[in-house]
Amino acid sequence: MGKVKNSPWLLHYDGSSCNGCDIEVLATLTPLYDAERFGIENTGDPMQADILLITGGINTQNQEVVRQLYNQMPRPKVVVAVGVCACTGGVFKDCYNVLGGADSTIPVDIYVPGCAARPQAIIDGIVKAVELFQKRSDRHDRYEIEQKEGGNANG
Amino acid sequence: MTELTMRFIWAIGFVILAPFLGGLLEGLDRKISARMQRRIGPPVVQPFYDVRKLMNKQYIIVNRGQNLLILSYMILMILTGAMLFGGTDLLLCFFVLATAATFMYFTAVLTGSPYGTMAGSRELVQMMAYEPAVLLTCIGFYLACGSFRVFDIVNSDTMLITKLPGFFVAYVFILTIKMRKSPFDSSASHHPHQELVQGIKTELGAKNLAIFIVTEWYENIFLLSIVGLFFITKNPLSIIVALMAMFIVYFLEILIDNSSARVKWTLMLKMTWIVTLVFAGVNLLILMLLK
Repeated sequence: MGKVKNSPWLLHYDGSSCNGCDIEVLATLTPLYDAERFGIENTGDPMQADILLITGGINTQNQEVVRQLYNQMPRPKVVVAVGVCACTGGVFKDCYNVLGGADSTIPVDIYVPGCAARPQAIIDGIVKAVELFQKRSDRHDRYEIEQKEGGNANG
Repeated sequence: MTELTMRFIWAIGFVILAPFLGGLLEGLDRKISARMQRRIGPPVVQPFYDVRKLMNKQYIIVNRGQNLLILSYMILMILTGAMLFGGTDLLLCFFVLATAATFMYFTAVLTGSPYGTMAGSRELVQMMAYEPAVLLTCIGFYLACGSFRVFDIVNSDTMLITKLPGFFVAYVFILTIKMRKSPFDSSASHHPHQELVQGIKTELGAKNLAIFIVTEWYENIFLLSIVGLFFITKNPLSIIVALMAMFIVYFLEILIDNSSARVKWTLMLKMTWIVTLVFAGVNLLILMLLK
């Protein structure tokens, strides 16, 4: 219905990363790269977030946390895996407690490679995520309308 | 009769126009803040984009009681502004405003979230800090015009700032708390990444957060109108002076917000009460002695 892509709010979660990607994520929000010019805001609150930025791999300890954060986010939502650890597990892949990339636990939509991922690449990933967010939002609205009219929701 | 219809039109005008003006003002705030930090910043209409998006999100709610409480907060806030623009009792306006803030407190603590509860108690401390200045401002208006009615205050012969400079300073000082600006934004901040996640709005999502944001727009317009009240007289030209004063005060708030760090609640309480006592208190004594 509405255009929602002007206002993507982020939730940033640090899995078992080395903090390299986290610093780059924060760098995208600093005056130099100024992600806020796209309306991007870094909320720390899953209930208000649209895009989940996840850095670092999934291990046995944070798996439940990641799942819960994902479930607490209201639809429509998009997940972006930032950095090679979040994509595949990276150098930690074969560790005894690492389960793999973020997609081992939750559905990931956009993969941003790099070790650490550069701010330009992160912004690029977010912009791709925003387009997907708009598409999902349109589908979500159609679904809601169909539910209200009592018709069959297909899709 | 004509006076009554005029007041009615003003009140309706507030209810309809305040969200648009408030939203633009917040957009301007974000743009000016960005420029102060050498950023480009979001477009001025960004707050409207945010609210529109929030209205379209899936509605997840922890406790259904929140709906009623947040709606009460909004309705009471609109009522406060409508009463001010309708020219009724100023004292009553501020009491309804305090009731609205109490409903916000209940919304925050209802879900039992540790962040919400903590922010709720901070909100109460903030109320304790600003209420004396607010009440003294009302008393100042009474001493200067002999009436609590906004209609009489607006129709005064001289600019009340000449009689109430101390009250003005105290009021602008506590405005920082009411507008949730740093250094007094311990219960909720407009900026992300504070120690309490999102403070009192932590458990608000989708539509309820949109209601909260729109209510804040109403509140900001109401608070700035009180600033205008210090400057407005019978003369229609004084409206321009009042508008300029409102903009200057708002700019000052943005400047303070961007150049100061959050303080602990004890320091906030000390600072606000000392400023209130010194400026508003001395002004009050002088007004009473001159009477």
